Amino acid sequence: MTQIKPEKTNRQNWMAVLAKANWTDLAMLWDDFGNKPDFKILRPAETGLIMLRARTGAVGAAFNMGEATVTRSSVVSDSQIQGHAYILGRNGLHAEVAAEVDAALQDDALHQVVMARIINPLKTAASNKKHQAQQKTAATKVDFFTLVRGED
Amino acid sequence: MFVAVKGGEKAINNAHKLLAEARRGDTSIPEISIEQIEQQLSLSVDRVMSEGSLYDRLLAATAIKQARGDLIEAIFLVRASRTTLTSFGYSQPLNTSEMQVLRRISATYKDLPGGQVLGPTFDYTHRLIDKNLEQTNNFPTAIKAPASNEATPHVLGLLSDEGLMEQPPTDTDAEPNDLTREPLSFPANRDTRLQSLARGDEGFLLALAYSTQRGYARTHPFAGEIRIGKVAVEFTPEELGFTLELGEIEITECEMVNQFTGSKNTPPQFTRGYGITFGQGERKAMSMALVDRALRAEELSEDLVAPAQDEEFVLSHCDNVQATGFVEHLKLPHYVDFQAELELVRKMRAEQNVGQSQTSEAAE
Repeated sequence: MTQIKPEKTNRQNWMAVLAKANWTDLAMLWDDFGNKPDFKILRPAETGLIMLRARTGAVGAAFNMGEATVTRSSVVSDSQIQGHAYILGRNGLHAEVAAEVDAALQDDALHQVVMARIINPLKTAASNKKHQAQQKTAATKVDFFTLVRGED
Repeated sequence: MFVAVKGGEKAINNAHKLLAEARRGDTSIPEISIEQIEQQLSLSVDRVMSEGSLYDRLLAATAIKQARGDLIEAIFLVRASRTTLTSFGYSQPLNTSEMQVLRRISATYKDLPGGQVLGPTFDYTHRLIDKNLEQTNNFPTAIKAPASNEATPHVLGLLSDEGLMEQPPTDTDAEPNDLTREPLSFPANRDTRLQSLARGDEGFLLALAYSTQRGYARTHPFAGEIRIGKVAVEFTPEELGFTLELGEIEITECEMVNQFTGSKNTPPQFTRGYGITFGQGERKAMSMALVDRALRAEELSEDLVAPAQDEEFVLSHCDNVQATGFVEHLKLPHYVDFQAELELVRKMRAEQNVGQSQTSEAAE
């Protein structure tokens, strides 16, 4: 019952990086980013709920397992590019900054420098953190061996 | 019957101030922070999120602090808080096959593709109080080993390939029922049962699961797989029209393998029960899987003999917010009700006395 998932677009990828980013890291990187466009808020940060779905027996029919808080925000840059963000949790500033970075990344003039100075460092930080956790988990792997008892 | 009784207002206000002071405790001891609760009492946070049915670590931590560590009170606070928020919609179903695994064990197969990893478990500890914890800054650091990139497919999928394992029901066109919108009604479908159990009280489900093991509806279970880890949450906002990853959550999943069923048309095969919780909730996930399986008795043509098989009994009583509401409402003034009962019992006694004196008069 494996589903073939469509390849993610670049935009889906960077939006995922922004949503998963550590807020302190993202705030610092965006603060240090000079020459930002001006942004107007289209939709002020709003916190709501999404119902999370799981699958019966991990792979079967969907059911509603419980909700999560989500915060969304939309902005528009001075060159009329819209940026959007939906992130888990209730941090409105995180959603607004993520929406601003999303708009900046869609601007051809800014795309490369925002990737280099915001997205790539966040991605590296996330993958380092994940790798650390994986290494600690790997140390708890069970190496089974069988004791042969008695004579054959 | 209710009548307004006045006079408690001042007492209530003062009681709440006293509560705030009691919550803070001895002020010569530093106040606990939300972040400390979230990090260091993380399994309490996980339970409050699961039974509060809302994934938000810091909100759950705040509720625990406000409730002075009373987890059912904290769960109540979380449930009340969700009613103030608007709904943005439904996520894509979580893909737990693509979990970043923090723990994964199987009691049915020793050698699994991807291996068995214990993770941060209480299992195999000696359950002796660790005096080192009386000190601060005194903890060992975790050991590291080279991480593997091997995939960790679901264990029960291995048996499915041979046809020995029943397949879970696949997606239908029907939207799964949502208890936050439609109240519980019977008979309940499996999707409704799973939602209800996922937010159900750990203690209640644990006791029911235990009852099935002790013979009140035996299901002959094996822990096919228990896994804890991080999964991505994906959602498709209508206005954007494409799927977004909103972040990651930690979950615990348990798949129980149970004894066979079969019919004239299907050869015998293993059946299964499913459990899932927010955060790390292994005991709850295992209990949920056992109760999910027991509740399938009718579907699997088993004799209905035990409480754990009775969906009306299980689902109507597993919600600890409802349960505590009804049990604790007995504290509220029932003066008029009780007055009526008093009069009734006096009247009954008076009638009995009259009856008795008449009988004794007749005997004389």
